[in-house]
Amino acid sequence: MNDPRPLPTSALLPGLNDPVHDSQRVFRIVLSALSNPASLHALADLPVPPAPMHAAAGAVLLTLSDYETPVWLQSPTEASAAWLRFHCGTPLVTKAKEAQFALIDQPLAMPPLSGFAQGLAEYPDRSATLIVQVRGFSSEGPLFSGPGINGQRRIGIDGLPGDFWQSWQNNRAIAPLGVDILFVSGTSVVGLPRSIDVQNKPARGGV
Amino acid sequence: MYVAVKGGESAILNSYELLAAERRGDPDVPELTLAQIRQQMRLAVDRVMGEGSLYDEDLAALALKQAAGDQVEAIFLLRAYRTTLPRFGYSVPIDTARMALRRRISATFKDLPGGQVLGPTYDYTQRLLDFSLADTADAPTPPRVDEPLPATSPRVTDLLGEEGMIEAERPAAGDPAPTDLSREPLRFPANRATRLQNLARGDEGYLLALGYSTQRGYANSHPFAGEIRMGEVPLEIIPEELGFAITIGQITLTECQMINQFAGSSDVPPQFTRGYGLAFGESERKSMGMALVDRALRAQELGEEITSPAQQAEFVLSHTDNVEASGFVQHLKLPHYVDFQSELELLRKMRASSAKVGAGDTAIPGVQPSAEREEA
Amino acid sequence: MKPNDLPDPAAEHGVRQHWLSELAMAPLELLELFFEKMEASGRLPVATWLRKPQSGLTMVRARAGGTGMQFNLGEASVTRCAMQDGMGRVGIGYVRGGNSRHAELVALFDLALQDAALQSEILDSVVSPLAAARVAAREKSSCEAAATRVAFYAMAREQQ
Repeated sequence: MNDPRPLPTSALLPGLNDPVHDSQRVFRIVLSALSNPASLHALADLPVPPAPMHAAAGAVLLTLSDYETPVWLQSPTEASAAWLRFHCGTPLVTKAKEAQFALIDQPLAMPPLSGFAQGLAEYPDRSATLIVQVRGFSSEGPLFSGPGINGQRRIGIDGLPGDFWQSWQNNRAIAPLGVDILFVSGTSVVGLPRSIDVQNKPARGGV
Repeated sequence: MYVAVKGGESAILNSYELLAAERRGDPDVPELTLAQIRQQMRLAVDRVMGEGSLYDEDLAALALKQAAGDQVEAIFLLRAYRTTLPRFGYSVPIDTARMALRRRISATFKDLPGGQVLGPTYDYTQRLLDFSLADTADAPTPPRVDEPLPATSPRVTDLLGEEGMIEAERPAAGDPAPTDLSREPLRFPANRATRLQNLARGDEGYLLALGYSTQRGYANSHPFAGEIRMGEVPLEIIPEELGFAITIGQITLTECQMINQFAGSSDVPPQFTRGYGLAFGESERKSMGMALVDRALRAQELGEEITSPAQQAEFVLSHTDNVEASGFVQHLKLPHYVDFQSELELLRKMRASSAKVGAGDTAIPGVQPSAEREEA
Repeated sequence: MKPNDLPDPAAEHGVRQHWLSELAMAPLELLELFFEKMEASGRLPVATWLRKPQSGLTMVRARAGGTGMQFNLGEASVTRCAMQDGMGRVGIGYVRGGNSRHAELVALFDLALQDAALQSEILDSVVSPLAAARVAAREKSSCEAAATRVAFYAMAREQQ
């Protein structure tokens, strides 16, 4: 997996300020985001990642990826590749299907969810986790339900393609296989594990 | 099934404190320092590093102090600690030919290049208790000669290999990365790389006993200690940001090359076979046991009949790990109150019914006492 | 053939490989001593953390029979860090074991050694003495081992 080329280090940006404790802190919040799906979680004191990564995306990748987790970047840049390799030893892959983590910074042009590792019947955990950078979050949006949600929960995720929620339901249908998603914007993160159902109906009064 | 029973909490907390006091012992006796353990109990430290599967003398010394010298408990502590550390990568395969030798012997060749170097061994001691050690004394200075050993010494097996008298040890095609038991569960059939990793962190006593069994006739591998060497090797890694190998320190290793019963086939003329042992630190008994068991486990590959426990990979490899073994044996101490009550009930019923039926008729047809217990 | 006036990248690695290895194998007390001297002269680089000291593991690999297939022997603890100066140069420290201070000093010297104005001086005043001390320690240990080398001699049996 090692890229034999030496790493360009001159323009490197720092990673987590305190790698041990900061990654534990970020991990705890990612865990909360996935166990309380479709709710907004804020990260704080994050390093500045190279463009086009949002701070939350950078922190999540620094926390979760290492030399054994291939990462696919939708818009790979020299700086982001070097940053991930330097801080985590992360191998970058050019085929989305080979990635354990994928960073999507242009959701409108993202590959289909089925284009990522879906896991195996024996090992459903061998599926990809997508980090999808979006414009922002709002209180108006689809209704989510499933494990970790008491009844239903509503959150708006801005900047997704029109057919996204249909693809999500297809992803939901193949559970326990399928991808998990962490939506990020700025320093915020929203978790959407594969077990969550979405009802993409516009909000009505009185719900 | 477990039924939660409350009430043990303060007993447990008090037992922690009692344990701490017992660990410390008589406060009039000076407390052990980690440096003392590392320096003067170094073979205990080495065993904890080897079976804890983590080379770190400071952490191993700490584990020994915390466990009051209980090796298996210290190994457990080290194994648990390593799970909290991130893995940065893997090393360049270490090269034991580059070892700075402190001991190197061969039982197969008297005169070998580089010579027989006894090093710091207990082999020639009288095994008489030395009562002078009961008192402290000045540190002894070992004798020294002017000429150091050669910078590198060839392995005995390499010398035999040049003549084609022993099977060659070459990397597999493409030199693949080995499976890693600290990442993947043990599966069967297990290839040799997986077996060697399993044995390398296996319990010394268990490997010693299995190795001994092969010598007593349970498997016929007819071993010679071709070479045993101990010393320091450089540990090299290739950091992602550099792209070239750097040495990050040295580690002490003990290597044992067993030369075993020869085998041949229509393709290969008869030649000696090999068993390999390698262990962290000064761990000669461990590396010898490992080499004997490695060779025994190659039975199938070498077309030998599998007749003995040491040749049965599934049996051998499933029971090497003393952390697992200790955990599973010791889980029997956990409460089985309800389970035991049900068996007691059953036994009472059986006895009552046999009393009704009459003497000599002790079983209830169709009812077997359950052998299954709650699993931890 | 490469023109002679261009530095050979392999050789350049060779020098850095050498100093990083010597610094990592050096006893910490000795390294501290050299650090104090350099600091007193006010010539050590000013740097910021790119990666603060972090302890982790490396899986030690070996080969069956010494030369055969690779296998995983067990892990070793490793501490690493990286720092950057105002010029964008990056100093890297990797040491076996858990000592953050050791990793920090390796990275600091690595950074200073990348400064052309300091390199040959530090190579002479730090790296070479470290290498000499390491070789001397190894030789001492080797001479002690050599004293336990068996000198076989044959005894002639007396004729009956």
